[in-house]
Amino acid sequence: MKLLLKGGRVIDPANQIDGIMDVLIAEGKIAAVGQSVEAGDAQVYDVSGKVVTPGWIDMHVHLREPGFEGKETIWTGTRAAAAGGVTAVASMPNTPPVADNQSVIRFIRDKAREAGWAKVYPIGAITKGSLGEELAEIGEMQAAGAVAISDDGKPVSNGQMMRLALEYAGMFDLPVISHAEDLKLANEGYMHEGYISTILGFRGIPSVAEEAMVARDLLLAAMTGSRLHIAHVSTAGAGEMIREAKKRGVKVTAEVTPHHLTLTDEAVQSFDTSTKVNPPLRTEEDRQALIKGLMDGTLDVIATDHAPHAREEKEMEFAYAPFGLVGLETLVPLVVDRVINAGHLTWSEAIAKVTCNPAGILGVPGGNLGVGKAADITVIDPEKTAVVRKESFYSMGKNTPFEGWELKGWPVMTVLDGRVVMQEGRLVE
Amino acid sequence: MINWQRKDLLGLQDLTADEIKLILDTAGPMKEILFRPIKKVPVLRGKTIVTMFYEPSTRTRTSFELAGKYLSADTVNLAMSTSSVQKGESLKDTALTIEAMGADILIMRHEATGAPHFMAKTVSSRVINAGDGMHEHPTQALLDMFTIMEKKGSIEGLSVAILGDILHSRVARSNIWGLTKLGAKVKVVGPRTLLPEQFRQLGVETYYSVEEAIKDVDVINVLRLQRERQKKGLLPSMREYSRLYCLTRERLKLAKPDALVLHPGPMNRGIEIASDVADGLQAAIEEQVTNGVAVRMAILYLLMGGNRDEVAA
Repeated sequence: MKLLLKGGRVIDPANQIDGIMDVLIAEGKIAAVGQSVEAGDAQVYDVSGKVVTPGWIDMHVHLREPGFEGKETIWTGTRAAAAGGVTAVASMPNTPPVADNQSVIRFIRDKAREAGWAKVYPIGAITKGSLGEELAEIGEMQAAGAVAISDDGKPVSNGQMMRLALEYAGMFDLPVISHAEDLKLANEGYMHEGYISTILGFRGIPSVAEEAMVARDLLLAAMTGSRLHIAHVSTAGAGEMIREAKKRGVKVTAEVTPHHLTLTDEAVQSFDTSTKVNPPLRTEEDRQALIKGLMDGTLDVIATDHAPHAREEKEMEFAYAPFGLVGLETLVPLVVDRVINAGHLTWSEAIAKVTCNPAGILGVPGGNLGVGKAADITVIDPEKTAVVRKESFYSMGKNTPFEGWELKGWPVMTVLDGRVVMQEGRLVE
Repeated sequence: MINWQRKDLLGLQDLTADEIKLILDTAGPMKEILFRPIKKVPVLRGKTIVTMFYEPSTRTRTSFELAGKYLSADTVNLAMSTSSVQKGESLKDTALTIEAMGADILIMRHEATGAPHFMAKTVSSRVINAGDGMHEHPTQALLDMFTIMEKKGSIEGLSVAILGDILHSRVARSNIWGLTKLGAKVKVVGPRTLLPEQFRQLGVETYYSVEEAIKDVDVINVLRLQRERQKKGLLPSMREYSRLYCLTRERLKLAKPDALVLHPGPMNRGIEIASDVADGLQAAIEEQVTNGVAVRMAILYLLMGGNRDEVAA
């Protein structure tokens, strides 16, 4: 089975390509990229006017399985990925049971392979049960397919444990992904501590709850020489510390979410529980600083922190609703409309943050349209304008704060290992 | 303005000065009804009022219930701790159930900010916020303002100090919105752990010294201090709080000679307010309770379509 994507603007930052070209796919791999590629017996898709990029990689996703199948499953979550133009996701380990051993890691990979909608790279827990007491069997998890370890959703409070994790994971060159939150300083808050939390009478999460932990982890990364990745940076101060650490040569990378790039704590005034997210939506000043961090390379990756919840879990009092929002099916249009069209990044710069950069951090294939690579491709129509409608999501989670947003630049085709899995927003069943 | 336009009463942040004045103006004639030999007018006959209090309350709930009865409404009190909430029913389902039974007005108190707003979006019944978390307690602020109007004639130009646990107080927040909208100068005072600096952005002055704050003020509104604050580490001891912040007779002398003292109750005598001040001539604490009934009558009446100029003659 051969495919030819004809006449699109191919943007492949890993190979410094940006031009009108054809992409030939054979046997699930990239067979040729260039001008006027001979179609031969390939099925031809005219993608002129469209943008052809390596398949997008979302390195921060909660697929919820095993254990929380009422929120999302590996099947529904990877379908949401395919629908959203995402060909690979890294899944967070905070499930019941916790992904803290090779069996759970293998289970996730098997389920993902059976589903066949997107590649899933499991992230293992740092400690057994994510309890912060004993290291998980990191070496064995890596052998089973874990690509990183993380305390996402349950921060490692104990500094000594974090030091040991960095040292131990460093032996395997696995990145440690830090959900930077000092739980005591976060004080069981539900939103950013500032003017809005003051008038609403909501318990606030101060910026320093994140920054204190980023500072600790940067110091430990410098001390151990191991690789640290800071998840979902949300404050100006955290960005500044990461920038400074990178200058000193600390092996740190960082990600930012589309929602922290587009929303502020003002949105919480609606009491829409979809705006309840951790780290919380911060101020306009923070938002501007995150955009700056994205532009100067401090923030390497855009990742969604896709966190689906059941309707009834979110349809309740703001204080009692769980944290999190879904992002897989709004990632592409938010990045195109609010990052590229807004003039913050060029196409090539933006595509790097969702393709080769996360692939490099996680050490996984993908994010690259070189000949012989797996044919994972996202095709985007930069002119398509549409309104976000949560009821049309493939994800079980409908908890989006972007409902009703009109955005320009949507994925119109997803190719996974040479197979077209999505066309015009609909999955190819 | 003589008619109420909104579906609900959720807070004073969203109200205009005219809307606040409409309620205060309507409360005057309502109070007069309370002193009649037969305290009942038929304006809400056939209307059903349901109170849903998810937090314990005696005075606010009773005040709403009596206000409804004096206007001839049928009132039902749901004790939320003993109802289906204990069986795990969600707020949404509880709301839909009560609406289906035909409640015209839901009066709700809840420990979570925004719960009445969630309710207001979920049901077509009118919703009155009787206190949500640390957010707003609009009817308390309105009765405080009504009391100030009665004693001082007007709110515009007055200097009002709010003393105590500002951080956790929905009474403070609603008072700040209402008083500043009607042109008062508001000072808030309390220990720094209970008074976030962001309050300055609401257009009020913040003080950590009670002596500085109450100098020459016209009104002092004293807030209740919850004992849990000490356990959470926000205060070293109730004793030290009392020494630094209790409104004593000595301190009261720093305010204007005719300064009015308010307290939303229930009081911790000897902690935030000295007994002789609470029982003194400058305090209007019992009158606040009476005014609370009148203000709530006005709100119920206006919400059901009543017209200020036609209040039961």
